[in-house]
Amino acid sequence: MRGRALLLTRLVRRDIRLHLAQAILLVVAIAVATATLTMALALNGVTNHPYAATRAATKGPDVVAYLTSPSQAKPLIQASEVAASNGPYPINSAVLHFDGHTAGALIEGRSEALAGIDRPEVLSGSWVRPGGVVLERTFAEALGVGVGGRVTLNSRSFEVAGIAVTAAQPPYPNLCWATAIASLPIKGGYETSVQGACVNLNFSAEGPRDVGLVWMTESNLLGLASKANPILDYALNIKLDDPAEAQAFADTHTFVSNGPVLSTWEGIATADALLVHDEQGVLKPGALLLALLAIASVAVLVGRRLSEYARRVGLLKAVGGTPSVVAATFLVENLALALFAAVVGLVVGWLASPLLTNPGAALIGTAGAPAISPSTILEVVGLAIVVALVASLVPAVRAARSSTVDAMNDMARPPRRRGILIRMSRKLPIPALFGLRLVARRPRRALLSAANVAVTVMGIVAVIAFHADVNSRVSTASGLTAGGLSDPVVNRDEQMLAVITIMLVALAVLNALFTTWASVLDARRSSALMRALGARARQVSSGLVVAQTLSALPGAIVGIPLGLGLFKATVKSGALPSPLWLIATVIGTLVAMAALTVVPARIGSMQSIVEVLQSEAA
Amino acid sequence: MNASPTVLVHAKGLRKEYGSGEGLVRALDAVDLDINRGEAVAVIGPSGCGKSTLLHLIGGLDRPSAGVLSVAGQRVDELSERALAHLRRDEIGFVFQAFHLMDELTAQENVELPALLAGCTPSEARARATALLEEVDLADRARHLPSMLSGGQRQRVAIARALANDPEIVLADEPTGNLDSASAFEVLGLLEGLHAKGLTLVIVTHDERIATTADRLISMRDGAFVDETRLTGGSRGNLSTFAEWERLS
Repeated sequence: MRGRALLLTRLVRRDIRLHLAQAILLVVAIAVATATLTMALALNGVTNHPYAATRAATKGPDVVAYLTSPSQAKPLIQASEVAASNGPYPINSAVLHFDGHTAGALIEGRSEALAGIDRPEVLSGSWVRPGGVVLERTFAEALGVGVGGRVTLNSRSFEVAGIAVTAAQPPYPNLCWATAIASLPIKGGYETSVQGACVNLNFSAEGPRDVGLVWMTESNLLGLASKANPILDYALNIKLDDPAEAQAFADTHTFVSNGPVLSTWEGIATADALLVHDEQGVLKPGALLLALLAIASVAVLVGRRLSEYARRVGLLKAVGGTPSVVAATFLVENLALALFAAVVGLVVGWLASPLLTNPGAALIGTAGAPAISPSTILEVVGLAIVVALVASLVPAVRAARSSTVDAMNDMARPPRRRGILIRMSRKLPIPALFGLRLVARRPRRALLSAANVAVTVMGIVAVIAFHADVNSRVSTASGLTAGGLSDPVVNRDEQMLAVITIMLVALAVLNALFTTWASVLDARRSSALMRALGARARQVSSGLVVAQTLSALPGAIVGIPLGLGLFKATVKSGALPSPLWLIATVIGTLVAMAALTVVPARIGSMQSIVEVLQSEAA
Repeated sequence: MNASPTVLVHAKGLRKEYGSGEGLVRALDAVDLDINRGEAVAVIGPSGCGKSTLLHLIGGLDRPSAGVLSVAGQRVDELSERALAHLRRDEIGFVFQAFHLMDELTAQENVELPALLAGCTPSEARARATALLEEVDLADRARHLPSMLSGGQRQRVAIARALANDPEIVLADEPTGNLDSASAFEVLGLLEGLHAKGLTLVIVTHDERIATTADRLISMRDGAFVDETRLTGGSRGNLSTFAEWERLS
């Protein structure tokens, strides 16, 4: 047993050293996928610490009760679980204008003195005063307004006295964004907070993502009210004896007909995490796509290695290596590289994740270094092993089953014959004739190439669909809300999509180069023979391009419904991209495949005919 | 360049080198050669003497390092890649020791290939291939894949393929090297037939028995001609001698 292990280790080590470039490519392909998955998993709970810091600094409430009348406050204040309370504070809506932007403002009337519960942390300027309002920080950043600027609320001008954060309300743009919460796991919580804050207010002039939080003095707020715009809502901030019982308290006192609507601190924390939650929504399917591409890359590399190592397989068998030893040599090598790639992915993902874990302007404090939990390690390593196993198993079994004599003679696997394609090709121009015959002789490789393209197109279509959906949700201008404000959640989504797109395209290009190069090497003899019989080098290289493009075509077409399916599975409902974009994706992919094939094909067709034919005959 | 219409291949000071500096290998060293139309020339010599290199240069598969080489009136040493491809396609037929048939194509499809490359219609190429396979006595094996044919049959398919575009010259590199005596006999019989019809042949071989059946015998060593013997005075060759030897043995 130890001897066998030593043999395997020795073979694997020498082989990796001998084919270092291939080993590096394999590690890169798997590491890209594992790094992305690491980043996605590292985002779990990154906003917990900043929310806790904000809650502590602002003396955040455990429960906020939204009342339709101040008289509803009494039974809540007198409840046995309640330790302290503030309010109720009047709430109203207004239309805010600043520098050409229009937004809805949810205004809370406060006294000039900071309260004991929910005392927003003023980060710049000062607290409310007559004629001076305070804006929640993400809202102020989206508007582009600072302290000293002037905003109009229902046509009345106010000076921005300060910028603050709070732990009592979800931040802009999720303050009234009810649809975003459908998939959140917290029961009640955020849903009630959103409905509680916005349900009785009229924001019909603006989109639901266009509402931000403004504080002003109670007298200023009452001055904005009118018969047409009466005050219908009040906020009561409550501290409980046991904050952990907030949800139970809310469940007990919510959903009474016309009664108060309660939101808990856990629900608000979840709303604050929406920024990162959306990032994960992009990164996780992205990691899956990259893993699929990695499988295709590794399969091509391993397949190519198998054909190169036929003689070694024969030697191993001739000296007494059992089929299981032959298979194990292949599997152990690829599993070792996959494990190394998993470690690389974990380290790179861990180092890169702080770039994604900025908790946003709604909170104070930083997330710190994201924790890599044992479950994260397990998932990442598992992904790498699955990629290596799926891609290596078939070649390993094929090597184990191969004839010893054939392998010793380094006999290539005989090509397939597809009579119908060969007959069809006779009527085509020389490049198409050659290309079609190349596809016909190695259908498995063509299938792998098609699968590779299908995964790439699937990713590109999903990304396009995400873009289209985001744009349709916010406005015609990407990243802006209906009121023309910058949307921090959308901006972060766009950044994630850009990262995934770049990685996807980079891996797809790498993959296309592997496939093309493997095809060129496989077609060496045919190409040389065609040239010996009078075909021009350009006709032969064009034939290789045709072969790659023909293989890519079904993949590009199949990738469209797969991409739309992935988008639907991830987003559930959303606007689909225009058919023109989808057609452009198919055409663009085929052109890119052709372009990527040109150089390897040209190099392949420049090889000496004599050398190739002599080496193939040796 | 020799302008004589009877000279098909003309080489003067032909040289082929590989590598450079201390690693320089001179595979062919200042070779002068004229081959007339209809002539059968055999080139013999030990392995590595340069005979295959000479054949590759004449066939436009490789380019000379120095010297003048013309085939069918075209300066091979000056031709573009495109023109070289046309020369190989239209004027030259190759027969390789390892056959080099396309494994996934039937015998007929292999023979059709050069005609399709030359722009013939599929029906023209098919008719031509059928006729050539009949000529090499393989009409009944037309739909067989190379893997289903014997070595001799494969080489006969390769000869039929070499003739697909009615070339001026057929270059055969050890055409019987991978064959048993019976198959070698069949193949040489075919080559004799081609020669009898006036086709120019250049055969590279180790086998002196085959070599002595040509019109002219060139012996090579270390990249140069060391002996040249005219066996039949430039007239028809005597390839059937080989067959007689085989019958006697």
